[in-house]
Amino acid sequence: MFEGWLSIIVFLPAAAALFIALFLRNDSQIRWFAIGATVLNLVLIVITYADFDRGAGGVQMVDRYQDWIPVDGLRAQYLLGMDGLSAPLVLLTGLLTAVAAFASWRITLRVREYFIWLLVLETSVLGVFLALDFLLFFIFWEIELIPMFMLISVWGSGRNRYSAMKFVIFTLGGSAFMLIGILSLFLSSGVDTFAMVSIPAEGIDGIPDLIAGKDLLIPAGVIWFLLFAAFAIKMPLWPVHSWLPDAHTDAPTAVSIMLAGVLLKMGGYGLIRISVGMFQETKGFQVQDVAWLLATLAVVSIVYGAIVTLRQTDLKRLVAFSSVSHMGFVVLGVSSIVGVGGTVTQGGMNGAALQMVTHGTITGLLFLTVGLVYDRAHTRYIPDLGGLALRWPLITASMVIAGLASLGLPGLSGFVAEISVFLGTYEVWPWLTAIGAFGVVLAAGYVLWMMQRTFFGPRNERFQDIEDANFVDMIPVAALVISIVAIGVFPKLVTEVFKVGISELVRI
Amino acid sequence: MNAHDLWLLSPELSVAGLGVLVIIADLLLNKKTPLIWLSVIGLAVPLAFTLMLWFDTPDSEIGVFGTVTADRLALFFHFLLIGTTAAVIVAATTYSRKFVGFQGEFLALMLLSVSGMMLLVASRDVITAYIALELSALPAAALAAFLRTDRSLEAGLKFLLLSALSSAVLLYGLVYLYGATGTTDIAGILEGINSVDADGDRAFGSSAIMLGVVMVVAGFGFKMAMAPFQMWVPDVYEGAPTPVVAFLSIASKSAAFAIVLRVLYTALGTDELAADWSNLIAILAAITMTVGNLLALSQRNIKRMLGYSTVAHAGYLLVGLAAVAANSDSDGFIAGPQGVLFYLVAYALTNLAVFFAIIAITNRTGSDMISGFAGMARRAPLLSVLLALGLLSLLGIPPTAGFLGKVFVFSAAVDSGLVWLAVIGVINSVISAFYYLRVVRTMFLDEPEAEERVTADIPVWAATLVASAGLLVFGIAPSSLLEFARHAVSGVVT
Repeated sequence: MFEGWLSIIVFLPAAAALFIALFLRNDSQIRWFAIGATVLNLVLIVITYADFDRGAGGVQMVDRYQDWIPVDGLRAQYLLGMDGLSAPLVLLTGLLTAVAAFASWRITLRVREYFIWLLVLETSVLGVFLALDFLLFFIFWEIELIPMFMLISVWGSGRNRYSAMKFVIFTLGGSAFMLIGILSLFLSSGVDTFAMVSIPAEGIDGIPDLIAGKDLLIPAGVIWFLLFAAFAIKMPLWPVHSWLPDAHTDAPTAVSIMLAGVLLKMGGYGLIRISVGMFQETKGFQVQDVAWLLATLAVVSIVYGAIVTLRQTDLKRLVAFSSVSHMGFVVLGVSSIVGVGGTVTQGGMNGAALQMVTHGTITGLLFLTVGLVYDRAHTRYIPDLGGLALRWPLITASMVIAGLASLGLPGLSGFVAEISVFLGTYEVWPWLTAIGAFGVVLAAGYVLWMMQRTFFGPRNERFQDIEDANFVDMIPVAALVISIVAIGVFPKLVTEVFKVGISELVRI
Repeated sequence: MNAHDLWLLSPELSVAGLGVLVIIADLLLNKKTPLIWLSVIGLAVPLAFTLMLWFDTPDSEIGVFGTVTADRLALFFHFLLIGTTAAVIVAATTYSRKFVGFQGEFLALMLLSVSGMMLLVASRDVITAYIALELSALPAAALAAFLRTDRSLEAGLKFLLLSALSSAVLLYGLVYLYGATGTTDIAGILEGINSVDADGDRAFGSSAIMLGVVMVVAGFGFKMAMAPFQMWVPDVYEGAPTPVVAFLSIASKSAAFAIVLRVLYTALGTDELAADWSNLIAILAAITMTVGNLLALSQRNIKRMLGYSTVAHAGYLLVGLAAVAANSDSDGFIAGPQGVLFYLVAYALTNLAVFFAIIAITNRTGSDMISGFAGMARRAPLLSVLLALGLLSLLGIPPTAGFLGKVFVFSAAVDSGLVWLAVIGVINSVISAFYYLRVVRTMFLDEPEAEERVTADIPVWAATLVASAGLLVFGIAPSSLLEFARHAVSGVVT
């Protein structure tokens, strides 16, 4: 079947990029065109999301071209599809790319190239979330590197070249192992397909079903670690997180939004869909065997990330390290897959999935606000700031909302996600969860302390003559605030869909 | 020798004939530009013969006293070699002005060298293969020295001496094999080795055969730029004219791979022998790619860097060959050789695109140093994009043909139980990111040395564009090329 709908969503940004490359020369035209394209894609994605049949579940809106690579050694198909796990992440990507496009309003250096790369980046991330053929997934995963490399190294600041190369090398290193893992799965006897899920309507048997209970080409545990390495680097999980603070700090605002808001979620998505979704019934090794490892790494990431965040004096670096801590919650939620007494509750997994969306919007807003501050103050060094609230009420309000959401204030989205993670994980890992919960206390510490030092306190004469954010600046802020409040008040908007997707992935 | 033999040899003969024709025309014509078009258009004749043979001849046909074949595998490489040569000649249009008065010889030597390579891929007898190898190498040495600068002469001399040395080693190895088996026929030699095997005396346990095989591998290894016989590569690449480097790195290398592939195919059927082959090649592959990538890291001259990159890619190709050898016992294992052929074509297109873009740019800037490419994205936007695309294909980033080629090769390796080799391969890919991306970064980030626009002439421009388009098309929709490769190997694999 080939409905074409998802293909349009994935390739619309790339087509827009091509159009810009070929036909547009005027900077302001390019800006409007790029923003228009991302907003149009967001609209299409919202329609798709609303159209997703929550009752039916399964993989929907399949785009399939079976004979893409029709040879014995590499039987790959072009297969896109949306299920309960990918739908909210696609929505998140659409939203944050539109936000990032708005936030790029002030870019004046090589505008044409900038927006081309931003749009290509959106295509590759959407492709990662929607591809259901493992090779196609991998291709989109790799394509994302080049736009990111260019965006950080050309438009970044500080040690941008070093950071861009570090980002590429870390990610390539992870994906190198992933490729071997993918090939080992494909080449195991009786598999011969790259389909990541079974789709009965299309007659597709997916890898999770085909490898259940069978001997694989190399031991299942080895394959699991090969794949997990890539996802752990991407998320990032302690101890392979060190590329993240550098990349975030040196990237331009909009790129930090994309990086923290969307790209890290590729790791979380891979963890849930592949590391958990495919390895529950494998022979000789199941993901349940290493749930303790996931939980431990998660808790170390949460606590270590939070402590390091406390010590940061650069606003952007502070937000970056808080991401390490917050993505730890995703992994902690996932580790509840092992269950207690043979029964698995899906609460932890649902919380993990929700945490990805909420972290995306909240961190997006944090970076956006930091960007607004930096554009005006030309410094991100916290001791140089202070007293901004009196001068810039709009920016301060935006930071207060983002900060409170980040520390888990009830009524905002962060709270719902974290509480579901803790509830789901507590009965499985009581001690680790208790330590992890301490991360929330630390989060309150670093967020409030940062706000106090940056925005409150005595009036700062240095910034007396600089205007607050204007209307265009506030459009993306408003979009993110609305989504944070909406999910905080009606988490069902997202959880309902995630639940469908997760329940199909949990097989035990 | 009869008419049918001539028919089987028609592509090789017509290319050689074209070379002679170019020399004669060179004597008669004052202007040299028509020679270029004569060569390019003239290549349509061998192309036509190759096409007719592809559709006409069954794979089993052997001619010229059983020494030459025109099977699909040979014809596949004929297409590749003819296409590469035509592209290089077109792209060298402007560059060849540097060979004042000797454009005719340049073209003729290149055509003669190609005829040797074509004969090499078609040969089924080691003596024929040896002669073909010499025919391809001697003109190539002259070509390398064609700039007549010190560096270029050094390149030519180095190539000549080391090529002669490696030929001697090869010949010595062949003598041992002949002594042990009593025949020069490739299939016969392997049969002989097998019968030694069947007598309970393990084939590679026999010192004479072992020595012979090692020497043969070393001899061909020189051509393939395989470690530890890669020493000549960077010097020759740095000194030789850039079109010649493109020619050597693609045509010469694929021909050598073709003959090794043929030997391996013919060796199919004996598990034990295949295992020996496979181990030998797997270890050499691991060393070759690691050496190539590590040494490429510190290069400042782009041709030298690409020289080491060629060595690294020889390593990836050897991974494919090791997989072919390791898997020869399983019936219908076609994915491995098919993948190697795909990789070769992808590599050829990629290297053509990269070298052509470099020719186009250095024609104007005159410097081969990587620092000379600083800010090139502003001075020559499209050429820089194409060069970057080529480098990404060498690095193996989708959606380029280079990416799929690597996936095929590593997939074949994993399938053959050589997981460790595939892991070394992917780690090497990561290492190579440093030096490929550094060039991309220099082009797109650094401040240009001059603001003057760099424009290219239409022929080199068109050649670059065609090669780049090819590497994108086969990276996105590889099935037609794969089908072609499957035909090429299906007749040979039993």
